[in-house]
Amino acid sequence: MAEISSDSGSHKKGGKKRSKKLPSRVDMTPMVDLGFLLITFFMLATSMIKPQTMEIAVPSNKKVDEDQQTVAKVSQAVTLILGKNDAIFYYFGKSEGAKILKTTYAKDGLRKILLEKNFDVAKQVEDLKKEKVKTKMNEDVFQKKLSEIKANKNAPIVRIMATDEANYKNLVDALDEMNICSISRYAIVDLDEPDKLLIKDVNI
Amino acid sequence: MPKAKLKRKSTWVDMTAMCDVAFLLLTFFMLTSNFVKKEPVLVTTPSSVSEIKIPETNIMTILVDKTGKIYFGIDGQEKRKELIEKMAAAYSITLTPDEIKRYTVLDLVGNPMQAMKTYLNLKPEVRDLPNNNLGIPADSTDNQFKLWVKSAKEVNPDIRIAIKGDENTPYPVIKKVMKSLQELDQNRYNLITRLEGPSDKK
Repeated sequence: MAEISSDSGSHKKGGKKRSKKLPSRVDMTPMVDLGFLLITFFMLATSMIKPQTMEIAVPSNKKVDEDQQTVAKVSQAVTLILGKNDAIFYYFGKSEGAKILKTTYAKDGLRKILLEKNFDVAKQVEDLKKEKVKTKMNEDVFQKKLSEIKANKNAPIVRIMATDEANYKNLVDALDEMNICSISRYAIVDLDEPDKLLIKDVNI
Repeated sequence: MPKAKLKRKSTWVDMTAMCDVAFLLLTFFMLTSNFVKKEPVLVTTPSSVSEIKIPETNIMTILVDKTGKIYFGIDGQEKRKELIEKMAAAYSITLTPDEIKRYTVLDLVGNPMQAMKTYLNLKPEVRDLPNNNLGIPADSTDNQFKLWVKSAKEVNPDIRIAIKGDENTPYPVIKKVMKSLQELDQNRYNLITRLEGPSDKK
């Protein structure tokens, strides 16, 4: 009876008295172990990186009417020839009597040449990108303006020819440069006879 | 005698908070990542600056490894069932429902149709050995690859083409693949690449 008086006002669970407090706590350590085990499983079995893609389109095999074919100026044409051991050659204009030059996939090689040839378009694209950031342009508007710039009639046309000794990385790097230098018209074509002779001369 | 009374400090730490953090991290990983698909052969794709993400549905994957073997697969188990039934009919091969079921769970298969029955009956552990994966032939004499692509297009008209090649895949194999696609009038495709890192020499 003496025990009831002092503790009757307190709200202990099950009416336990302060002096005989039984621990109702659960030790969470094994639960934490389980949690970290599951985290480790997911970290190792899954991947956050989604692979990227590059979209390309090649000219179709169908016969096109003469008047529908786009006529390209000889001065606009650039031909890239991908050789073995990451060697890359290029020339401007027609294949007869063309001066063939060697370059590399590095920044100061192929990219420099393409940017020089494509100077106007590349500069316009740069300016458009800066404008996009400054004025917070809508994505659709940006794409429309980009395609307008790329439709420039004087832009260079690049033909990519890969020899049988090249590898897939060479092709992808060349296509990547097309993207970086904003080349609007390019095509992957097979080597034809004049080009094969040109390559033999350079002896790759 | 002095009473040496050592005060016993309680070393019990309340782990509830730690448990909460652990399960939050777990939920994050479960929801944001996706399981890596097991491929028959490991391929290092070349790098590129393109940032377009690969679509997850309606996609046909053409994997070309560095020895030039071609593997083919599409997404969607129902569509895979239709595809393998079409291919089996074209080459007059009968497959048991069990074998068809085994095909539908595989992401990528690289074997000529003649060897398909034996391949599907192999134990999962030995399936990925190089001897058991001969690659799909794409030569002009026996272009099985072209028929695979054609049948996949028939099964799923919205399907898109993705080519995953290794850095060192020789160009002639890629040329064969692109030529077969060109013959089928498929002129738009995606090349799967990875994002350029600082180690890539550009």
